[in-house]
Amino acid sequence: MTEALKIEGLQKTYENGFEALKGIDLAVEPGDFFALLGPNGAGKSTTIGIVSSLVAKSAGKVWVHGVDIDRDFPGAKRFLGIVPQEFNFNVFEKVEDILTNQAGYYGIPLREAMARTDEVLDRLGLTEKRHVRSRMLSGGMKRRLMIARALIHQPRLLILDEPTAGVDIEMRRSMYDFLREINAAGTTIILTTHYLEEAEALCRNIAIINDGKIVTNRSIKDLLRDLHTEVFILDCAVDVPPGLEISGFDVKILDGRTVQIVIEKGQDLAEVFAALHSRGIAVVSMRNEANRLEQMFVNLLEQSA
Amino acid sequence: MSRYEQYVAFMTIVRKEIRRYLRIWSQTLLPSAITMSLYYVIFGNLIGSRIGTMGGYSYMEFVVPGLIMMAIVTNSYANVVASFFGAKFNNSVEELLVSPIPAYVILLGYVAGGVSRGVLVAIIVTLVSLFFTRLPIHSPLLVVLVVTLTSVLFSLLGFINAVFANTFDDINIVPTFVLTPLTYLGGVFYSLDLLPDFWAAVSQVNPLVYVVSAFRFGMLGVSDVNIAFALSMILFCVVVAYSYCMHLLHTGKRLRT
Repeated sequence: MTEALKIEGLQKTYENGFEALKGIDLAVEPGDFFALLGPNGAGKSTTIGIVSSLVAKSAGKVWVHGVDIDRDFPGAKRFLGIVPQEFNFNVFEKVEDILTNQAGYYGIPLREAMARTDEVLDRLGLTEKRHVRSRMLSGGMKRRLMIARALIHQPRLLILDEPTAGVDIEMRRSMYDFLREINAAGTTIILTTHYLEEAEALCRNIAIINDGKIVTNRSIKDLLRDLHTEVFILDCAVDVPPGLEISGFDVKILDGRTVQIVIEKGQDLAEVFAALHSRGIAVVSMRNEANRLEQMFVNLLEQSA
Repeated sequence: MSRYEQYVAFMTIVRKEIRRYLRIWSQTLLPSAITMSLYYVIFGNLIGSRIGTMGGYSYMEFVVPGLIMMAIVTNSYANVVASFFGAKFNNSVEELLVSPIPAYVILLGYVAGGVSRGVLVAIIVTLVSLFFTRLPIHSPLLVVLVVTLTSVLFSLLGFINAVFANTFDDINIVPTFVLTPLTYLGGVFYSLDLLPDFWAAVSQVNPLVYVVSAFRFGMLGVSDVNIAFALSMILFCVVVAYSYCMHLLHTGKRLRT
């Protein structure tokens, strides 16, 4: 099957000599929900910029649904919907006009563009704002407008660059549901985000990019399987005796009733509960010290440095 | 994109451009009407009545075609430079750049927007002038041709300015320091016959001379230059400006990184 996005040996050196991409390879299967993660300046936005034609590549090849961008960029662009990190619509235009214009740029006649505008506004909860100038929208609404605009021509590959930055939790969750819905309907989604729990919750596959190179590219499940240790925080019902030790486990008392336990790969968490129970200590709640993906992310970046 | 899809995309840009300048009509359409009314009153009536005839016409009749052309030049230029630079400034130009629209459709869309404003302002200014003088039309076809070519040319030049501009100040430099002096020295207010030979020869390198003279010939049937040569010069400038605009779009200079 032809990949939704295939990148081979992609390089970008800016005029000032900065090497943003040092020959990356990437393949995203159709229907995937794919995360592209990396610290600031790693090369994520440059990669998206090249795929969307806003940045000129220095070397390498890119195919979108099998279409080589060097041979037929307009043909490749028809498959693409881009939601950039920064707001890039005309703030003086009305919401409806922004969407119908974008449809027009893809050759969709006005009548059909209006029908599609109705549909995407409805799906993204912006119908009441259709006649409002976009500068009057809240930050979350502007984000949704960007997504609506990217979907107006029904792209097969949707690329979202930090789509939930600055969006409140409630809005973020409704956006997650919406993105899952369109992914289930067949749209391939590539997501860059700083919220690693977002990538873990939404994406099946992941690539981590650092210093212009791909550090890893695999399924999130596989990646997390490689996590050798996990750190849990246990909240206990009673004060924990000072100097508490549990055989085979690294235990640290954070305060009177809070304990940190490091679990190595292969160890059984039930042994910890049993040991605490035998000392009359009940555990009322438990959580990961850090998001598991975040822990893996930090490990990989440290290894690649 | 198919031809039909390109047409849809073209019309989308044109519609957007027209909607933009109509929305801010008090900044785009009204100033020319007011400025030209003042020119008509001052140069046509008050001062013109003391000048007498020029080229066989009253000074008012002589100056009106030049003033109409001045409005077309400034408005066509201003529309494209302001709109395209605005799109660059707020990054909404990316909407166009990431879409599959061919570069020439983007360019023609903006140019058509500039032409439509130039023509609309020309109509307004012409109607205002009818309050001050009669306005003969010697060759309607030539009038339409010159208006169209001039609007296209200055829309293209506005596009080039917008691509290179980094700040809003940059979009005012060319109109203030280049366009306005060339227009004033392009025979809007006088016949080149009045100039000493040296300055008349220097005027031949001013493209505005050909624009104003060709339009005046279309209206009054009198001209300072050969009409065929004037039209050739305007057409030549259009081809050069269009080619350069396409070069800028294809290379992505100042538009892509």
